[in-house]
Amino acid sequence: MKGNLLGRKGLLTGVIIILFLFILPFIFPRFYIYMTSIILLTGLLASSCNIALGFGGIYQFHHAVFYGAGAYAAALIITKSSLSPWIAFAAGPIVSAIIGLIMGIISIRLSKLYFGMLQVSLGSLVWVIVYRWYSFTGGDDGIHGIPLPEILSSANGAYYFTLFITGLSMFVLYRILKSPFGSVLQGIRDNPLRSGIIGVNVKRHQLMTLVIASFFAGVAGTLFVVVDNTVFPDMLFWTLSMEIVIMCLLGGWFTFFGPMLGAAALVALRTFVSSFTVYWALILGILFTLVIFFLPNGILGYIEQKFKKGTEVSVDRG
Amino acid sequence: MLRVESLSKSFEGFKAVNNANLHVEKGEIVAVIGPNGAGKTTLFNLITGVLKPDNGKVYFKGEDITGLPPHEIFKKRISRSFQVVNLFPRLSVFENVQIAILSREGKTWNLFSPSKKFAIEETEEILERVGLIDKRNRISALLSHGDQKVLEIAIALGGKPEFLIFDEPTAGMSPEETSRCIELIKHLSEKMGLTILFCEHDMEIVFGIANRIMVMVRGSTIIQGSCEEVRCNKAVQDAYLGGGDECSV
Repeated sequence: MKGNLLGRKGLLTGVIIILFLFILPFIFPRFYIYMTSIILLTGLLASSCNIALGFGGIYQFHHAVFYGAGAYAAALIITKSSLSPWIAFAAGPIVSAIIGLIMGIISIRLSKLYFGMLQVSLGSLVWVIVYRWYSFTGGDDGIHGIPLPEILSSANGAYYFTLFITGLSMFVLYRILKSPFGSVLQGIRDNPLRSGIIGVNVKRHQLMTLVIASFFAGVAGTLFVVVDNTVFPDMLFWTLSMEIVIMCLLGGWFTFFGPMLGAAALVALRTFVSSFTVYWALILGILFTLVIFFLPNGILGYIEQKFKKGTEVSVDRG
Repeated sequence: MLRVESLSKSFEGFKAVNNANLHVEKGEIVAVIGPNGAGKTTLFNLITGVLKPDNGKVYFKGEDITGLPPHEIFKKRISRSFQVVNLFPRLSVFENVQIAILSREGKTWNLFSPSKKFAIEETEEILERVGLIDKRNRISALLSHGDQKVLEIAIALGGKPEFLIFDEPTAGMSPEETSRCIELIKHLSEKMGLTILFCEHDMEIVFGIANRIMVMVRGSTIIQGSCEEVRCNKAVQDAYLGGGDECSV
């Protein structure tokens, strides 16, 4: 089985985590509520990337572009137009998906590393536009103090909104992976040649995957606007894309919840380690190297393996 | 049912297939034999659309299918297995076969219903037929080589083919696995009425199950005929069977 913890233990863990997330605002101070919101939306960002990377075998090396594009689209519509913020929130993911489609059409004809390199170049182009166009995007200042609907302007409101949308998005992504489309996608990852021979239009499936991945990156970007009230060009810089890839690998890129775990690890690490050293990236580097050496399937991949070994006989997926 | 007319393909000047001719009637088992490098696999790649021929025509049921892409060929109900194992290594045995069925049924764009609702019975039936039903939940990369070769055939069956092409189906199998595989091929031909084209190095297998044999040497067809005709042919004996074989006709 790929992608989830099975059976009662897995279900129990899930229920405990969801309950914990629900009551979190009543127990912990505001700072942790903010941090958990960031973990949730970053986890959604990494999970959407992993749909292409881990389940589609597509080298999604510049995923941050779609995150930033969604965030900027929402922020610009709120600040520059008189439309309702809710329309802006819906527009963010759609803009991301359209950019994903355009970049996908251009780059999907290349495969593997060449695809990744072309995506990085095209993505950097989008970044330059955002970074340089002062009069429209605010350049490297970004946009601050984005006004939000009243219900979202409190930390708790933003938190529950993020929790709900992240949960919903993760559910939809999970359904997609378990659908025939998802099965075929994993087939393409494993063996594109054979997939073509059994009648699959490989490139068109990959393009659809890119659109789905960028749509949910846009959802994550829009959630960032809700949580942080700001956007800035670093959101679509390639270093963030590399962090996203690291999150996927760290958590386990052949598992569904691995990237979420990786995102939690990375965000927590950045928050706590950077409070006593500016070299937090060094710690991340060492940790990442260790994981690659000792847990090549990532943290969750390792746990799943252990878990499956114990129950292999009793697991029947009928 | 399948007719190949003077098919040719060169790779940088090397004529891998040069004027190959072949015809297969419905319900037959036809073997292609020839020394290593004779162009058997290239011929199969040309028929199934993996490679585009330089010259010549391929007709299937009277229809010109020359140069169609592989997924179009698959829709014409022509399936193949590979010489080198060519599976979906991270997926389970069940999923390997199920994908082929989903693809045939045009369900690959279904995004929201769970896969486990589709094609269960047909997948199980195929796995039952090939004898892999007990290993349905195994990850295919972890199967033995023999089982992987059988799974190759099972994936090909997922296309509900009328015409099957096997590229050295028993290569690398143990003697027991080989005899099981031969039984399977016979079963597919006799019980399911499938037309089969295969290539093989083991002459015992070839003469044991083929109705007719096509001999290829250096990319060209030397002869196509019944087992006896091929066995007695002078050119074949010289080129391939070592010469001096006794002929009983």
